[in-house]
Amino acid sequence: MSLLLASGSLAPAQQHYLLQARQMQAMSFAVHIPLVAFAIAFPVLVLFVEGLWLRTGDSLYLTLARRWSRIMVALFAVGVITGTVLSFEMGLLWPNFTGTFGSVFGLGFAIEGFSFFVEAIFIGIYVYGWGRLSPRLHLLTGIPIVITGFTGSWMVIAVNAWMNHPSGFRLQPDGKVVDVNPWKALFSNSYLWHELIHMYIAGYIVTGFVLAGIYALGRSRGHWGRYERTALAIPLTVAALASPVQVLVGDWAARDVATTQPTKLAAFEGLYQTTSGAGEHIGGWYTSDGQIKGGIEIPHLLSLLSFHSWNATVQGLDAVPANDRPPVNVVRFAFQTMVGIGTLLALLGVLYVVVWLRRKRLPESKWFYRSLVAAGPLSVVALISGWVVTEVGRQPWVVYNVMRTADAVTGASGIPVGYATLALSYVVVGIGLAWVLLRLSRRPLDVPAEPSPGLEPV
Amino acid sequence: MLQALPLVFVLVGLTLYTVLGGADFGAGFWQLFAGGDARAERIREEAHHSMGPVWEANHVWLVFVLTVFWTSYPTAFGSIASTLAIPLFIAAIGIIFRGAAYGLRPGAVTARESGRIDTVFAVSSILTPFALGAAVGAIATDRVPVGNAAGNMWTSWLNPAAISIGVLAVATSAYLAAVYLAADSARDGDRELERAFRVRALGAGVAAGAAAAVALVLVEVDNHELAHSLLSGRALPAVIVSALAGTATLALVYRRRYKPARYGAALAVAAVVAGWALGRWPTILPGLTVDQAAAGHDTLVAVVVVVLAGGLIVFPALAYLFRLELSGRFTGAEEPASASRSQSRPHRLGPRLLVRTAAACLVAGFGFLTVADAAWAHVIGVVALLAFVPLAFCAIVIPLAGEPEPFT
Repeated sequence: MSLLLASGSLAPAQQHYLLQARQMQAMSFAVHIPLVAFAIAFPVLVLFVEGLWLRTGDSLYLTLARRWSRIMVALFAVGVITGTVLSFEMGLLWPNFTGTFGSVFGLGFAIEGFSFFVEAIFIGIYVYGWGRLSPRLHLLTGIPIVITGFTGSWMVIAVNAWMNHPSGFRLQPDGKVVDVNPWKALFSNSYLWHELIHMYIAGYIVTGFVLAGIYALGRSRGHWGRYERTALAIPLTVAALASPVQVLVGDWAARDVATTQPTKLAAFEGLYQTTSGAGEHIGGWYTSDGQIKGGIEIPHLLSLLSFHSWNATVQGLDAVPANDRPPVNVVRFAFQTMVGIGTLLALLGVLYVVVWLRRKRLPESKWFYRSLVAAGPLSVVALISGWVVTEVGRQPWVVYNVMRTADAVTGASGIPVGYATLALSYVVVGIGLAWVLLRLSRRPLDVPAEPSPGLEPV
Repeated sequence: MLQALPLVFVLVGLTLYTVLGGADFGAGFWQLFAGGDARAERIREEAHHSMGPVWEANHVWLVFVLTVFWTSYPTAFGSIASTLAIPLFIAAIGIIFRGAAYGLRPGAVTARESGRIDTVFAVSSILTPFALGAAVGAIATDRVPVGNAAGNMWTSWLNPAAISIGVLAVATSAYLAAVYLAADSARDGDRELERAFRVRALGAGVAAGAAAAVALVLVEVDNHELAHSLLSGRALPAVIVSALAGTATLALVYRRRYKPARYGAALAVAAVVAGWALGRWPTILPGLTVDQAAAGHDTLVAVVVVVLAGGLIVFPALAYLFRLELSGRFTGAEEPASASRSQSRPHRLGPRLLVRTAAACLVAGFGFLTVADAAWAHVIGVVALLAFVPLAFCAIVIPLAGEPEPFT
C-alpha cells in the first residue's frame, strides 16, 4: 500500500460541510444515473423496433419506434442537464481533486464530451428526421446514438475505475503528481472491465423493466391491445435475459473487489476480523464492536464466493486503521439491497423465459404483471444501491489510498445553501416532469404530424 | 507551443459556445421581451420552435470547454471553480431550469401555463449567460488567485467590470438570436416576423456594441494594466477587428443579409476572445503562466490527439445537422411513412439453432467467468454472456415479430 498521500496542488481546505458536499454529489449522481441507463439501452431498443418496421412493413413498429424515440429524446434532454451539473460539481465541490489529478483522469471526460456531442447531434437528426429522411438513412442516423451511448458511459466508468484502482502517475515525496500517463491510467486498468460490464448490463435491466413495468401497469387498467403487448414484450425480453446474466457478472465484480479493495469487500459483509472460512450474513446490522446483529449466517459462504475456496482468508476491517474504513452499515445495506433486488429480478426473468420455452407466449398470471410493475422502480433502486456500494465503499478516499475525500473538497463556503438549492430545483423539476407525463398520458394515441422535442404520450 | 494548444481549443470552444449556445440563450431573452401585442405569441412560438433540433448540441460546447480545461490546466481550473463557485452554480441552476422548461412546454395547454413556463425559460436564459459572463469577467480582471477558494467569493464577480461583461454576454446572446430568428422567418417567407426580429436584432446589436464600449471603460478603470494591454500592442488588432466586424454585421442585418451577418457576429466574438488571450499572454491566472499551469507532456499530447480525432467526427456530423436544420428540412411536412424496402415476412433465422447457440453461450459464460479464475477465461466468459443476451433475444422476439398478432 502506498504510504504517500496526495495533498493536492491547491491546499486542502477546512470544510465543515464535507458530509453535505458528499451528499450533494451523491444526490446529483443518483438523479443522473438512471438516465445513463436509458442512454445505454434505449437507443438499441428503438432501433431494433424501427428495424422490425423496415423488415415487416407493419406500421405498429413504426408507431412504437416513434413514440419511444420521443421518450428517448426527452430523457436525453434531462440527462444533458443533470450531466452538465455533474461536470460543474467536479470543480465546484472537489476543486483539489480535479486540480491535482485532472491531468490524469480528465482525458476520459474529454472523450466522453465528444461522445456526448455526437450523441446530441444524431439524436436531434434522428428525432426530427422521422418522415423527412429515407427510412434506411433514418435508421443509419440512429447507429451513432447507440455507439456513443456506450462510449460515453465507458469513459466515465474508466474514470471511476481509476479512482478505485489508481495508476498511470507517480507521487513525489512532496505529494506532487508526476510522470502522468493518462492512457495507462484510464485504459490499462484491470478494474475497469467488471465495472463497465456490470453497468452496461444494468442499463438494459433498468430500461427493460421500467418500460415493461409501465405497460404492465397499463394492462391492469385494461390497455392490452396489440400495440401494448408488443411494447411490453420487447423490453421485457431484454431485461429477463440480462438479469440472470447480471448475477454472474456481479459475482465476478465482487471477486475483483475482494482482491483489489479488500477493505471495501469487508464492508460489504461487515467483517471486522480477518477470518479464514468467513461466513456471510443475510440481513442484520453491523455494531460498533464489530459484530453482525440479527442476521442469518451462512458459514464459509464469503470465503467461497470471494476466493472460490472453503477456507480462504478474507481480510477484515481491522487490517486498516479506523479512519481508513468506510461507513460499514451504509455500504452493507446498499450491497444487500442490490443483491436482494437483483436476485428477485433474475428469478422474474427466468420465470418469463421458462414460460416462453414451454408455451411460446407471454405469462398470463396476474401476479407476474404485478411483479413487473414493481420491478421497474426496484431495478432503479438496485442501480443506485450498486453505485452507493462502490462509491461509499471507496471512502474515506476519493482516489483509493492516494487522496482523501476530505482533502479534495472545496474551501468555498455555502455548501448547505447550494445543496438545498439544488435539491429544491430537482424536486421542482421532478414535479413538473410528473405533471407533464400525467397530462400527456391522457392524450389520445396517435402519431402527431409535427414532432416536438418534448414529451409525448407513453 | 504544446502547452498553449489546449488553451487555443478552450478559447475556440468558448467562442463557439458564445455564438451557438448564446443564440439559444437569446431565444429565451426574446420570449421575455416579445411585447404585449398579438404578434407577441407568434414571436414566442418561433423563438421556442427554431431552437429545436440543435439546442442540445450547442450546449455540449460548454462540457467540451470544461473537460479540456480541467485536463490540460488542472490547477487553474480548480482555482477558478472554487473561487467562482457562486456564479458557476447560478449558471448550473439556470441550465437546469432552462432545460426543464424547454422539455415541459409541450405539456402546457392553456396560454397561462405556457406563459409561466416561458417566463422560467426566459429568466434562466438571461441568468445563465450573465453568470458565465461575470465569471469570465472575474478571471479577466485578475480576481481569481491560485488556490482552493483563495479569492473573494462575492466581489470577484460582483464588481462593475465583471458585471459589465455579464451584461455584454446577455446582449450578445440576444443579438445573435434575433439575427438567427430573422433569417429563419425570412426563409419561411414570414415577412411580419422577419421585420419584428430584424428590428430586435438592430436594437440588440447596438446595445451589445454599447455594452462592449462600457465594459472596456470599466475594465480600464478597474485594471489599468489589462486595458492597456488590450489597447496597445498585440491585442489591438483583435480589438479593431472586433469593432469592425461588429459594425459590419449590423450593416448586414440592416440590408437583410442574415447569413453573412451571423458570420460577422461570430468573428466579432472570436476577436474579443482572441484579444483577451493575446493581451494577457502568457499569464493564465495572476502569478501563473500557461506553461506552469499546463499538465505534463503525455497528457497534453493525449488531449491534442483526442480533440483532433474528435473534431474529425464531430464537425462533419455537426455540418450535416446544420445543413438539415438551415435548409428547413426539419420544419417541412413529413412524407407519409412507408417501409418501401420490403413487405416480406422476416427471414426465419432458424430459431432452434439460435436457442441452442444462446444456451451454449450461457453455459460457456458460466464456466469461464464464474468457475474459472484466470483473466483470459474471464474475457471468454464475458464475451459469451454478452453474446447470449442478443442471441436469446432474437430467438424469442424475431419469430413472433412477423406474426399478424405478435406477442399474444
